[in-house]
Amino acid sequence: MEQYLQVQNVSMTFADKGREFHALDQINLAVRKGEFVSLIGHSGCGKSTLLNMIAGLIVPTAGRITCAGKVIAGPGPDRGVVFQNHSLLPWMTCHENVMLGVKQVFGATKSAAELRAKVEAALAMVHLDHASSKYPYEISGGMKQRVGIARALAIEPSILLLDEPFGALDALTRASLQDELIRIVSETHSTVVMVTHDVDEAILLSDRIVMLTNGPAARIGDVLDVNIPRPRDRIEIAKTAEYGECRRRLLEFLYLKQRKAA
Amino acid sequence: MNRKSISIVSPAVAEHRESDGDAKGLLLSVVGAPWFLSVLIFIVFIAIWQVLTAGVGGAPAEALSEYDKLMGKNSPTAATSTIPSPGAVLQRGLELARTAFDTSNPNNVGIIIHLLYSLGRVLLGYAIAVAVAVPLGFAIGLVPRLYKALNPFIQILKPVSPLAWMPLALYTLKDSNASAIFIIFICSLWPMLINTAVGAASVRQDWVNVSRVLGLPWHTKVLRIVFPASVPMILTGMRISIGIAWFVIVAAEMVVGQNGIGYFIWNEWNNLQISSMIVAIVLIGIVGLALDQALAKIATSLSFRE
Repeated sequence: MEQYLQVQNVSMTFADKGREFHALDQINLAVRKGEFVSLIGHSGCGKSTLLNMIAGLIVPTAGRITCAGKVIAGPGPDRGVVFQNHSLLPWMTCHENVMLGVKQVFGATKSAAELRAKVEAALAMVHLDHASSKYPYEISGGMKQRVGIARALAIEPSILLLDEPFGALDALTRASLQDELIRIVSETHSTVVMVTHDVDEAILLSDRIVMLTNGPAARIGDVLDVNIPRPRDRIEIAKTAEYGECRRRLLEFLYLKQRKAA
Repeated sequence: MNRKSISIVSPAVAEHRESDGDAKGLLLSVVGAPWFLSVLIFIVFIAIWQVLTAGVGGAPAEALSEYDKLMGKNSPTAATSTIPSPGAVLQRGLELARTAFDTSNPNNVGIIIHLLYSLGRVLLGYAIAVAVAVPLGFAIGLVPRLYKALNPFIQILKPVSPLAWMPLALYTLKDSNASAIFIIFICSLWPMLINTAVGAASVRQDWVNVSRVLGLPWHTKVLRIVFPASVPMILTGMRISIGIAWFVIVAAEMVVGQNGIGYFIWNEWNNLQISSMIVAIVLIGIVGLALDQALAKIATSLSFRE
């Protein structure tokens, strides 16, 4: 399989007012095309930092990250990012929020009608075609996050980066959005890297789960292959032995090996 | 709405209302309403004013003669009675209203004409300040180096009382009207300049990240993200500025005016028309409130909601 995204010996040290903080140490990770990889670890371990480096928002202090063979030097529309707190622009309607990126990526090659159709298709994919002309303050938190996903998908990125996308949502909304994400990923064959701290979410969605040790100087502590066949149903997979085994390994890592004082 | 809020605040009142019927409930909600308290405070204020100025008739002419007495005898009772009673002020207000739009005598125009002169100066100076402060503030906010370079000058010029510029303005511009407009310009400039700069410089990191991951070019970022994000800050600056401008115009016109509400007050003071001064003070307050509310309305209509 093609190694699409490669993180090679990446370390990150933040310098703040003369004091240095060594966040990540010697991270090596390869993601295949079409693979769904989750990064899990306790808060503050640097998993979001790693995702931001793949997004190009942060430049690593050592090592390099390549995507499709090219070194990542900064952010770009080949990588779609869904932020934890939706980050919709409140002065734009849902349609305009999605259009902002669509116009940037396809504006030069496609007609206005085609651009609109692309935006509507992205909103339809997250079942929000009816809310297209609404402003973010008019819709619920779950709907906002779905617009955020539509915005990231509409630019047809080669890799989708999700930073705790459902962390701010209630459990029921989170479950329904996870189901939608499963469907969308299987429809679009996206390559996905997701940051999460939810064990069940990681197992349900991922092909592989990367466990980070506690910071400072966090490393990859363990990698878990989730060999549960797709399509996955949250009720059915919970009954399988494989699911219990995955859960046991993740919980042991997080709560025995990497126990963290609250 | 009012009744509902009262029943939430005080269950006792609600119970009372239920047992004694709706009429009493209505009475209670009226008595408890803030506007009722406002009217009450106003009546008490007028009553105290009336009591303190009792003995003065109603006519301003009498107030003037009382003042003459004061000048002659220097009696302590006369000192209080030089302030006209509420009735006298109201009467003077009606007189001024009758000639409010009078322009027949250029040396003695109506009070509304004076107000319009002041408003004209304020709006002109303010408009020039907006035209300078918003683009400049935006540039300062977007280019940190420019901000650092200009900041010492802004910090030194900002605390200077606008009236300190007056003699220099008169000397260089050689025109009292232009000088007053310049004073308005200089006093409205700083709040808008600083607010715009801070607004443009402190766009939420999430939104900056959105523009970065979408790979937006510079001009799209500025027009679609930084500008809309800083609109609330810009409008706050504009609202502060219009208040200051309306403050300052009165003082500026007292110094340089041949017309305007500040000149009017100073002129009435020279004529010892105390009632006219009080009428003018009330009018200045009303116009200031209207300006502030107009900008508040514009701000809510242009600002985004979250």
